This record gives sequence, C-alpha cells and structure tokens, in this order.
Amino acid sequence: MNAPLIGARLARKEDYRFLTGAGQYTDDVVLQNQSYAAFVRSPHAHATIKSIKADRALKAPGVLAVFTGDDLAAAKVGGLPCGWLITDVNGQPMKEPPHPCLAQGKVRYVGDHVAVVIAETQEQARDAAILVDVDYDVLPAVVDPVNVKKGPALHDVAPDNVCYVWGIGDKAAVDKAFASAAHITKLDLVNNRLVPNAIEPRAANGSYSRSEDSYTLYVSNQNPHVERLLMTAFVLGLPEHKVRVVAPDVGGGFGSKIYLYAEDVVVTWASKRVNRPVKWTADRSEAYLSDAHGRDHVTVAEMAMDKDGKFLAMRVKTTANVGAYLSTFASCVPTILYATLLAGQYTTPLIHCEVTAVFTNTAPVDAYRGAGRPEATYVVERLVEQAARDMKLDPAEIRRRNFIKSFPYQTPVALMYDIGDYNATLDGAQKLGDVAGYAARKKSSEAKGKLRGIGYAAYIEACGIAPSAVAGSLGARAGLFEAGEIRVHPTGSVTVFTGSHSHGQGHETTFAQVVADRLGMPIENVDIVHGDTSKILFGMGTYGSRSLAVGGTAIVKALDKIIAKGKKIAAHLMEAAESDVEYDRGVYKVAGTDKQKLFGEVAFAAYVPHNYPHDKLEPGLNENAFYDPSNFTFPAGTYVCEVEVDQDTGVVKVDRFTAVDDFGKIVNPMIVEGQVHGGLTQGIGQALVEGCHYDATGQLVTGSFMDYAIPRADAVPSYAGDTRATPCTHNPLGVKGCGEAGAIGAPAALMNAITDALGVRDVPMPATPQTVWKILQQKKKAA
Amino acid sequence: MAVKVSMKVNGKAVSAEVEERTLLVTFIREHLRLTGTHVGCDTAQCGACSVHMNGKVVKACSMVAMQAEGADILTIEGVAAADGTLHPMQAAFKEHHGLQCGFCTPGMVMNAIDFAKGNPNPSEQEIREALDGNLCRCTGYHNIVKSIAAGAKAMAASK
Repeated sequence: MNAPLIGARLARKEDYRFLTGAGQYTDDVVLQNQSYAAFVRSPHAHATIKSIKADRALKAPGVLAVFTGDDLAAAKVGGLPCGWLITDVNGQPMKEPPHPCLAQGKVRYVGDHVAVVIAETQEQARDAAILVDVDYDVLPAVVDPVNVKKGPALHDVAPDNVCYVWGIGDKAAVDKAFASAAHITKLDLVNNRLVPNAIEPRAANGSYSRSEDSYTLYVSNQNPHVERLLMTAFVLGLPEHKVRVVAPDVGGGFGSKIYLYAEDVVVTWASKRVNRPVKWTADRSEAYLSDAHGRDHVTVAEMAMDKDGKFLAMRVKTTANVGAYLSTFASCVPTILYATLLAGQYTTPLIHCEVTAVFTNTAPVDAYRGAGRPEATYVVERLVEQAARDMKLDPAEIRRRNFIKSFPYQTPVALMYDIGDYNATLDGAQKLGDVAGYAARKKSSEAKGKLRGIGYAAYIEACGIAPSAVAGSLGARAGLFEAGEIRVHPTGSVTVFTGSHSHGQGHETTFAQVVADRLGMPIENVDIVHGDTSKILFGMGTYGSRSLAVGGTAIVKALDKIIAKGKKIAAHLMEAAESDVEYDRGVYKVAGTDKQKLFGEVAFAAYVPHNYPHDKLEPGLNENAFYDPSNFTFPAGTYVCEVEVDQDTGVVKVDRFTAVDDFGKIVNPMIVEGQVHGGLTQGIGQALVEGCHYDATGQLVTGSFMDYAIPRADAVPSYAGDTRATPCTHNPLGVKGCGEAGAIGAPAALMNAITDALGVRDVPMPATPQTVWKILQQKKKAA
Repeated sequence: MAVKVSMKVNGKAVSAEVEERTLLVTFIREHLRLTGTHVGCDTAQCGACSVHMNGKVVKACSMVAMQAEGADILTIEGVAAADGTLHPMQAAFKEHHGLQCGFCTPGMVMNAIDFAKGNPNPSEQEIREALDGNLCRCTGYHNIVKSIAAGAKAMAASK
C-alpha cells in the first residue's frame, strides 16, 4: 500500500506546465477569426453623457463595430446583478441602482464603461477607441465616504448616496454596559482601500457559434458556473445550457475575479453581433480602474471593560464605501462577513455594530482576500491591544483573560464557533516567535538608534462558506453548496470533476491526495478537472477559503458512494454478504478471511460486468455528490510581529513575523504554508505600502504600479510558521480552510507593532516612511 | 508602418513583419505564439515578461521587437531540456513550492537563472534584492527565495 497522502508535503502536479511556459491563461487563447475589443472609459468621475459619436472610430482601420449603452438597451441586455440582498435597520431592502454594462446616460467613476470598439487587431481596437467622441457634462464628484450626503446623488434610487444602514446586536444592552464600565478604550480606525492586483490582468474572450447556436466565454474567473448563471439568467437572457464558460489557468484572483464584469458580458454579446470571437485583455492601468477594489471602511470602535480587563461590551460604527455601483457580493462584505466576526476569540457578551454603506464616484468595492474579516480583525485586535496598553496589562495576558475556552460557543453576533483552542495558538506563537527574547532584541535595536515594537493579532475568521439556508436567510440570492463528481475508468484510473477552481491554490494536487489516499492508488492515477462548465456538473467556485472544506467534502461524499457501490460489486465477486465486506484504502476484504479484491479489480468488473449483480446494480462506477455545509468553519490563530523603525527615514522593517494557525486537519502542509505566506504578504502590503487613492475630483491618483506599491521580495521577511489542529467538527476531512488567514490577521499585528514602536495610539495604514516620519516629527515637537 | 525583424528564438531563426511599435513581448506572444512569456503590467515593474537576450535577462515589455534584431533570445519554453527534463532552477521551484498561480513564474525563473550564473551561493538578502524587478502576489516570496537558493546551488553543482 502507498504511503499516506493526507498530510504529505507533495510537490504539485500542476507545476510542470507553469514552469515550462505551457500554462493556458485566458490571453493565451486565440480563436479562429479572432477579433479584439477595446473599451472606451469615462475620464470623469461623475458626468452625464450628452452624446457619443462613433463615426471617426468606425472609419479607422480594421474596425468592425462600435457599441454603446443604447445598443445594449435596444437589445434588452440587463444590468449586472448583486447577489446578496441586505435588509436595513428599518426592515427595508437595500437600495439597488441599475448597473448597466455600458453606461446609460451617466458615468459614475473614472473608468466606467462607455463604449466598446471591436477591430481586427488589439492595436487597431485601442487606436480606434481614442477616436470615439464622447461629450460629457461634468458633475461634482462624491469621493469621501463619510461625506456622501453633501454631494449630488449618483443614483436616483439613493438620493442621499446611502445604500443601506444595517445593524446587528442589542444596542440598548450595549449602551447600558458602556455606561457602567470601569474602563473604555476607543479608537478611530480606517481600513484603507486596496487594489487586488492579481499579476494576471483580467481577460475575456467571447464567441458565438451559428452552427450550434451556442456561446463560449473564456474568462479569467474564479467561478465559471456562477459566471454563467448570472450572465445568462440576469443579464443576457440566454438559455443557460447554450453557454459554456471556461476559466482556464487563472493567474491569481483573490476575490477580484469572482464577479460578473461588464467586459465579460459585452464580449459575449458582441460576438454574436459581429459573428466573430471577441477578445479583451486589460492592461494594468485598466485593471486599476476597473477591477473591484477592496476594504475602504471608516470605523469608530469602542471596548468596555471591567477593572480586570474583562471585555463587557463592544460598540462599532462603520461607514463602508461600496463605490459607484453594487458589485456582485459587495453588500454582504461589510455586513455579514464583517460584523459577525466582532467577537473575535473572546467571550465579549454584548456587541453592537452599525454599518452605513455608501455610494461614491469610485470603482465598485467588493470582496478581496479576507472580505470583511480583515476589517473585523483590524477593529478587534487593535482595540484589544490598545486596551492592554491603556490598562497597563500584558497584551497576551489580556487576551487570555477573555479567550473562549468552551465549545461550541454561540457568539452574540450570530456565528457559533464549533471548536478551537486559542491558548494553544497563542502559546505556540509566543514560543516560536521567541517573545521571551524580545526585550534583548529591543535593546539591540535601540543601540543601533532604531525603535523596536512588538504587536499581536489573535484572529478568527469564518470561512468554508456556507450553509445555504443560513446564507439565504441573511440575504444571499444563491446557494453556497459545492459539487464533485468521481469518474472511475475501466482500467482503474480516476477523473474528478470539481466545482471548485484553482487559481494558485493547488487543488489539482490536494484534491488528488484526498482521492488517491482513500482509493489506495498512486496520485498519478487521479486527475482533477476544474474550470469548464461543459465538463463539470456544477459549482459555486473558489473564494471564502471554501474549496477543501466544501468542495473537498463533496468529493469525499462522492467517494463514499463510489466505495459503497464497490462494496456491492466486491461482495458479489467474493460471494460474500455485503455486511461482511470491509474497505480500507483500495482493498475490499471479507472480514475474518484472507479473501480480498483490489479496487482496480472492482472497477474493471463494473465496466466489464460479466460476473455482476445485474439484478441489484447498474454497471459503471461514476458518482457525484452535492454538499451543503452545516456551518461555517472557524480557522483561528495568533500572529506576532516585530518591527524596527529608522527614525531618520521613517522606514519600517518587518524584522520578524510568526504565525501559528489552527486550520484543523491539513492535507498538504507545504501548500498551506504557501497560502499563509501569500496572505501575510498581502496583509503586510495593506499595512505598509498599499493605498488606493482618489483625489477630490474622483481621479484615481494611484493608477499603476508606479503609484500603488505592492510588496516586493525585500519588503517582507521569511516567515516563521506552525500549526495547531482542532479538527473541524462538521466535515469529514476535519479541515477549516487557510487561504485568507494571513491577509486577515497580518495588518493588525503590523500596526500593533508599529504603534508600539512609535509609542502612539494610531498610525494610519499604509505606514509609509513619510507617514511614520511625520508622526515621529510631531512627537518630537510635542515633547 | 511595417518593418521586418529577424532573430533567433530558442535556437530557431525567426522573422516576421511587425509594426515599429510592436513590443518584443507582443512579437513573442502573438507572432511566435510562445505564450509562456506573460504581460502583467504596463510600467515595466512586474517582470512577468522577462526573457534572456544574448544571455542576459531583459524585460520584453520594455523594448520593441526591432531592438532585438539579430539577437539570441531565450524564452521560458526554451529552458527545459529537449526531452522535457526540467532545468535545475525549474526543478528547484517545483521542489520548494516556489509558484502558486504560475503567472509570474516564467519571469522569476528567467531572472533567477541569470542571477544564479554569477551568484552560486547567494544569501537570502541578496536574493530578495535581486528580485526587485519581479512581482508576485501569491507566494509572498518566501518559497521563491528558497527555490532560488536551492536552484543556484544545483546549477553550480551541475557545471
């Protein structure tokens, strides 16, 4: 029998094609008779469109067509839908303005789609796009999310630019607890707007076949079935079975490629109109303008405590910027995915959170790695660390005094944590991070003239989304189950079709580990197929750290069915009662005898059923399962960060970063570590270098890698990491998910370390050298 | 305006008619259909377009095809052996999980191979600094650094 594959640090099956340049990303696909699209985008943040003249563009070399919002309206093309209905504090539905694929009458952010030019070559399309004459009447722009009521209304349905005011928790009880608390810590916190910046820019290639009356869309996307469903049912009004969506190799997503974007719809629709495949690829500047951005919260947060630092109540008020239009999941990110995590790892009994979501003349904001949980962790862990400082308690000690220790634990913000051990991950982080040696390292830094600080973040998150009924009751317009199909071939190899999608997470390897381990076969005999709606039964896709927990469990349940059917076949072959047959990793045995059949023999019998229980069983060995999780999963952990600050330049060096996470059981530790490294680096990016900025007129000032930094290799250290496992109680793999944890916990750890080093209450993110230097200068002046 | 360009790519003589403004990366991807070299940005910072020109790493997005006239170009597709065996640097990336989505990977490998030629035993800091022209959003660089350290050693050992 093969060595156990669960827990093995296997090198990845998918690497060969990526290392040799044989990956197939969407821009690599060129279809026969390919034509190319370029989008005309608004240069103004807010304007009415007086006219669009395409004559000069239509005369340009190679141009096949120019389409505008009027063309789409005439063809009855719908607007982009929002997939989550939030109900406001008055029981009213959120404001849902139309979100046209090409602007109708008005543009609402710089980069808003106004027209599309289709030509024989990419260069011709882009050259001609400049020749489309759009006459705008510029309107004042609404840019500051805390002052939206002062500006003109972006949308008729929301005259005060408020999408909704939403709340959770018992405000009266919380206010009462605050009124009698021994101590209150209060912080004003900004969670800075980010641009996801997957290194592969978005791309879409739509084509229509007259002979089959069907469409194919290649698109850099995280969830092809969802993309297809949204596009066919809500926008283009096409029969779902007549559209194939293929998300081939995708170069990173981080949430930004979940959504149905205007470009995806337009190239698909246009391909029928021009009877040519239509391909669009964003350049990086275009991606900055038009990809969904992340975060962008302004928060006032308070914690009420007793004299021993026990958390009595928490009160949070957040303004969340949703941008100019509601993107696919935008509404649930600052509500359901945010406020329900405000208990953190603690027994805080009373929590109230109010969120005001507002429209501004900026790009739409939606889920980006962590989606609401980084924002929640930032609030909780900055408050907790500051509370420790205010009350002169050790930051680890104040956490221990408040940790949840008994499970399952019902938080006051809807979620019920199934299992965890927060002391274990805190202990682990302190040990691995050598917190005991911090004092000496601080002396050492100071001897070099540098400031040193240490910061903790004890994060928890809710992922493995989600139980469909719960999600539906909270406003989700979709289910959140997952699907998997296991096809055993006559000669015993296996193809697994999964509704999950890998855009870097390594599912082709980890899912194969799960299947090969259970079926007792070499991993080379198992192939994982994802990303093509014509091959895969269905799927909700990959985001929210759900693939192994939900997609993996669907596969396990399909495996259960395969093995159960195999048992019937084996029983027949061995002339035994089914109840006497046992199965273990590739071998069916008759209990108490040496009679056995290997899985391969059983598979062959299923397809060459000469000696077969035809009266009881169909031939073949192919099963599928749909799995709806019974709860979210709750990864948690502690991060400890140490920074060294140069007082002359304000440069912050991340000197040490230690991560001890509880992800439940781990299938491939190497891949899990990689996910943590990547998440931590994005979190450090948010804290240190990244900041998306629009000026007062709504111009995107940070519109390329020149003005918006993402971390380079020398901005981050090597990470020290370890795991502890309290296996998830409600899925057979015991897994919790690990893809977002790093991005969720890192910013708080960083900023706690920096505020410690500088001896101040708050340092805004990103803590660039200029920001840090100015704070140091202010401190000097005040002294 | 059309111009004719000729060069060697992965050992093979190629020539084509391109526009004067056609970037080398466009020539490689669209004309030669070698799509392993990627475009990730428009400000010459991400490095996903890195190739070797006359033995040295260059960013193919930052030059026009005409500037490679007569040059010897190596792309990621030409790095593995003819029988498909991975180059020691490629093998190191695989062993140490130095890639996730794979989009930055060709550029990382091309840069790493050139860097390692002159640095058979680089320190972590030297590697991190050598990567300042390559962006990765997936790996956090931790395993890329490990891969390059191992790949450099393996390249030196196989000389």
